[in-house]
Amino acid sequence: MVDVHLKGIVKRFGKTIAVNGIDLDIRDGEFIVLLGPSGCGKTTTLRVIAGLEKPDEGRVLFGDRDVTYLPPRERNVSMVFQSYAIWPHMKVYDNIAFPLKIKKFPKEEIDKRVKWAAELLQISELLDRYPHQLSGGQRQRVAVARAIVVEPDVLLMDEPLSNLDALLRVKMRSELKKLQRRIKVTTIYVTHDQVEAMTMGDRIAVMNKGKIQQVGRPDEIYLKPANVFVAGFVGTPQMNFFDATVEIRDNEIILDASDFKVRLPRDYLPVLQEYNGKTVIVGIRPEHIYPEGHAPTTAKKLSWIEGTVDFVEALGSDTILHLNTGSMILVVKISGSHHYEIGSKVKVALDLSNIHVFDKESQVSLLYKRQREVQLS
Amino acid sequence: MEESSIVKYYLRKIIVAGLVILAVLWVITPFVISILYAFASKTDYYSPNILIPLHYTLEHIQKLLDLGATRAIINSVIVAVITIIISFALGLPAGYAFAKFVFRGKDSLKLLIIGLRMFPILVIAVPLVTLYIRLGLNDTLLGVALAHTAMALPFVIIISSSIFAGVPKELEEAAMIFGLDRKGAFFRITMPLALPGLTAAAIFTFIMSWNEVFIASVLTLTNRTLPAFILTSAMAAPDFIKFAAGFIMIFPAMVFVFIARKYLITMWGITLK
Repeated sequence: MVDVHLKGIVKRFGKTIAVNGIDLDIRDGEFIVLLGPSGCGKTTTLRVIAGLEKPDEGRVLFGDRDVTYLPPRERNVSMVFQSYAIWPHMKVYDNIAFPLKIKKFPKEEIDKRVKWAAELLQISELLDRYPHQLSGGQRQRVAVARAIVVEPDVLLMDEPLSNLDALLRVKMRSELKKLQRRIKVTTIYVTHDQVEAMTMGDRIAVMNKGKIQQVGRPDEIYLKPANVFVAGFVGTPQMNFFDATVEIRDNEIILDASDFKVRLPRDYLPVLQEYNGKTVIVGIRPEHIYPEGHAPTTAKKLSWIEGTVDFVEALGSDTILHLNTGSMILVVKISGSHHYEIGSKVKVALDLSNIHVFDKESQVSLLYKRQREVQLS
Repeated sequence: MEESSIVKYYLRKIIVAGLVILAVLWVITPFVISILYAFASKTDYYSPNILIPLHYTLEHIQKLLDLGATRAIINSVIVAVITIIISFALGLPAGYAFAKFVFRGKDSLKLLIIGLRMFPILVIAVPLVTLYIRLGLNDTLLGVALAHTAMALPFVIIISSSIFAGVPKELEEAAMIFGLDRKGAFFRITMPLALPGLTAAAIFTFIMSWNEVFIASVLTLTNRTLPAFILTSAMAAPDFIKFAAGFIMIFPAMVFVFIARKYLITMWGITLK
């Protein structure tokens, strides 16, 4: 068990830059998730940590040991592959025992450890089978058992749940997380599934275009996104974004969107002062817009607007309204099942204490910029 | 309406079955004829009233073997085995490199290797003999095996590269993470998984070498391989001897293919793509 530090990692494939300068400090025993769309460089980052790729620039440190140029086998890492990579010509027992055999463990110790791992993952009765006799979920468990049996310093997982069906994925999610808590191994987990990231990660590093966009606890990522990408990538349905012009008159802030105007509380004055007359991107999550009668009593700062119901998604647990305000569609999420007539007019309130404002050019959050700078330094 | 569709259905089945029977007959008839006549007694063979021989004898085969076929069979096996060894020793690393690495000029190199097969052997036969005489390789089994290697190598490279490409790279990477270097990962993971496919490549090479007659005839005088021996000695003999020669040619190849085929299928109970 060890802490991991990435310092200025750059990896190019020909002319494309897969990873473009990544700095990340991972604590000992932490479960960190690299989250991002496909092609964002998260898997490449993981492979650099594993030693399967050599970075073009930068260093990888395990504790204070520089492992940048060590081959994978000298790093004491384990990996669970997306395709599981269970060796088809070996029985389950031999698959799990293989890493130990290579490291020349005594026979009894191998047997003890394989049985321990098999029991932990509830595959004890499968040890005598070949991989092609197993289901996807069982193969997945074998891959995890093989990864933990060597007691690695760092456990790497590359989208391990993406090939499982939805129900099993939910089950394995909590099982993997519990397992990690139990054996307390530093875990780096790659996924493009934000729900996995939110439920499993102690911290999440959101990546896009080869760069880390934000690192933080799941609630920080969700409630205080650092830029438009993070705000839009995390959360379903997606955050509503619209352009608005800032007008400051007599210490009053008005956001002028094309369809409506929003008066912001004075708290926003310090951050928006220098944006007077400029256009910003405003973001608000669907669950922070309340139709008449659904506003929580705790929400104090509200701004009412009106729209026409364009489309209704009834999910049972939630109702999702698509509201036409003239030139744009606002998505509104109400918990519970509610009936709305398409074409009817609805008044909704924007919760101004949960509004996000981003710079139009850099797309960086104006509200959480300072906080992020503090975090980075 | 319904009745006509039933008729159509059975008609189609009959046509397909007929075509299959035709194809099987097409392949099997020469086998049956040469096997029957290889063992037919002389009188049965020449009798105009007998189509399927009634009396059988090992005489013709025995005669051929006495004439030098035994030696030629041994030669052929030796040549085929040397060919497999050399072409695999050279071809597998090349195939592996084509399958697992990206490098400049990969595609043109592949094309060039296949392009080698465009050369008609006839064109290079005479220069080859001259070269062999200078090197002292003429009339040696090694010489024939080298020539056969040149013919088999492109196929071994192309086939083995597609076999290695069929072994997912994660399997090797997993082995490297769990303690092996690249060489170890190749021998303990990729190689066992590729074995069924490589066996097929070996069968292919064996049969190619076993069947090859032209180069073997040109390059050897005393150390004839089986096809070359049959071409020069049995072709002047009576017809039933020719059939016996034909049988000797196909029999070992058939046995070899049957054994290897069974091995191929039962390997892991699974097949790689």
